[in-house]
Amino acid sequence: MGLSKLNSLYREVILDHADHPHHKHDLAESTNTITLKNPTCGDVINLEIKLTPDDKIADIGFTGDGCTISQSSASMMTDAVMGKSKEEALKMAKTFSDMAIGKEHPQADLDELQDAAILSNIMQFPARIKCATLSWWALQRALLEETDDTSEEES
Amino acid sequence: MAQKLSESLTDFPILNQEVNDERLVYLDNAATAQKPNQVVDALTHFYQHDNANVHRGVHTLAERATAAYEDARHKVQHFIHAEKPTEIIFTKGATDGLNLVASTYGEANVTAGDEIVISIMEHHSNLISWQQLAIKKHATLKYIELTADGELDMADAAAKITDKTKIVAVAHASNVMGTVTPVKQLAKLAHDHGAIFVGDGAQSVPHMPVDVTDLDVDFYAFSGHKMMGPTGIGVLYGKEDLLQAMPPYQYGGEMIGFVHRDNSTWADLPWKFEAGTQNIAGAIGLGAAVDYLTNIGMDRVQAHEQQLVDYLLPKMEAMPGVTVYGPQDPAKHTGVIAFNLDNLHPHDVATALDMEGVAVRAGHHCAQPLMDYLGLVATARASLYLYNTQADADKLLTALQETKEFFNHGTVKAE
Repeated sequence: MGLSKLNSLYREVILDHADHPHHKHDLAESTNTITLKNPTCGDVINLEIKLTPDDKIADIGFTGDGCTISQSSASMMTDAVMGKSKEEALKMAKTFSDMAIGKEHPQADLDELQDAAILSNIMQFPARIKCATLSWWALQRALLEETDDTSEEES
Repeated sequence: MAQKLSESLTDFPILNQEVNDERLVYLDNAATAQKPNQVVDALTHFYQHDNANVHRGVHTLAERATAAYEDARHKVQHFIHAEKPTEIIFTKGATDGLNLVASTYGEANVTAGDEIVISIMEHHSNLISWQQLAIKKHATLKYIELTADGELDMADAAAKITDKTKIVAVAHASNVMGTVTPVKQLAKLAHDHGAIFVGDGAQSVPHMPVDVTDLDVDFYAFSGHKMMGPTGIGVLYGKEDLLQAMPPYQYGGEMIGFVHRDNSTWADLPWKFEAGTQNIAGAIGLGAAVDYLTNIGMDRVQAHEQQLVDYLLPKMEAMPGVTVYGPQDPAKHTGVIAFNLDNLHPHDVATALDMEGVAVRAGHHCAQPLMDYLGLVATARASLYLYNTQADADKLLTALQETKEFFNHGTVKAE
């Protein structure tokens, strides 16, 4: 049965995060924000981060609308980077991006990602890699204080 | 029961394969259609026997290539019932043709305070070129809205098109709503106000008989690849007097009469609009696609798709948790069926259907203003063509049912 393969993509923990996303709310105050769009489907993520003066993630929240994969990925991302330093979070974003395209990483790096590491199966579904990486891409761009990008277009 | 129109498994070998261990059911025809052997063979034959540049050479191959290229133009002319071959311009596709009209006719005829009228369900290709022209010229871009059923609101069209309107541009068939617009009435409405009418035929020419002379459209653009021709070739039909009066779109080889140091004259129609070496093989392949469709007959193509819609649409609508967009009456719905499953993002749906071998599109279908208008982020879309069968419709229905069950057995529950 074809759909049995979906179990490797839609693991229970992923469905659970999508159904009850963590940190899906606006922040009262934030230091870094970004709005990113997934050009293939029009999904949007608004990410807000509150950094402490010594660049630790004191709080993080996201809003927007998206598919099961993008919502669960955002939820798992916020869990994973809460309390981390800016440098650590950027390293995790790099690890996640690499993992999504099948690049090898030491197990210790993947462990850092916590639940998010479960999305390593995403590379078997190339059309869905962007769904998984959108929130991590947003994290990286918000931390590097890059500007919004809502101008991407699909034909 | 819809009868088979073609020997699909022999004419379309691509359909005879398994995807994810399931029989491929290709339902993404509004994005691009599969090519029959006859089209692929025409390309191969051209490159293996006749390849040369057209119009310039004196040698035998150049003559053959020119004859084949111009023969394709005649095939297209007769297929859409244009009066003259000079009214058929080969382009890269519908987008290219619409941009051509906006950049030449639009550039020359639209001024500040004028109006351009399009519909809210336009594909970006028949929207952005007009939007940008309106911005540049300080003209007003107006949108015709839809009825509750998702059809073009002709009362609104009558209100929006005024004596200030210079251009009315509307798709003949929607790539999302599954509706056909009354192009002949729209063209008349435009003409009554001194405006021209531009039709986007990307979703109509492959699926129904089209007679540009009877419709009395001024311009009409469509793509080859959606009608089983190669990618990178399309057609712009234009009335001869309008094309004559228009400035060229691009400059270079092939499109010139005489070139002097300080000025140039232009080639006759249609070559004035075909600068540089064209997609010769693509045009010949498109000619083969026209032959394939003509042999079947566009009436039969349309009737076949309608029978499939009559079968499939009510079953999708009756399925709990499935929303179908556009008219709910199959008689008013083309083979383009946009839908969503409750509490499921269309990308998740498309991935699940792909695991069942069913290829559908998910996204905004290059119609973001329409998505906003409908209050949607995206939809899934199944779109039919002449090689689809009732078995394909059944496979989609089964796969939709299994997709719903899969996600309901997970932890994503209905709210």
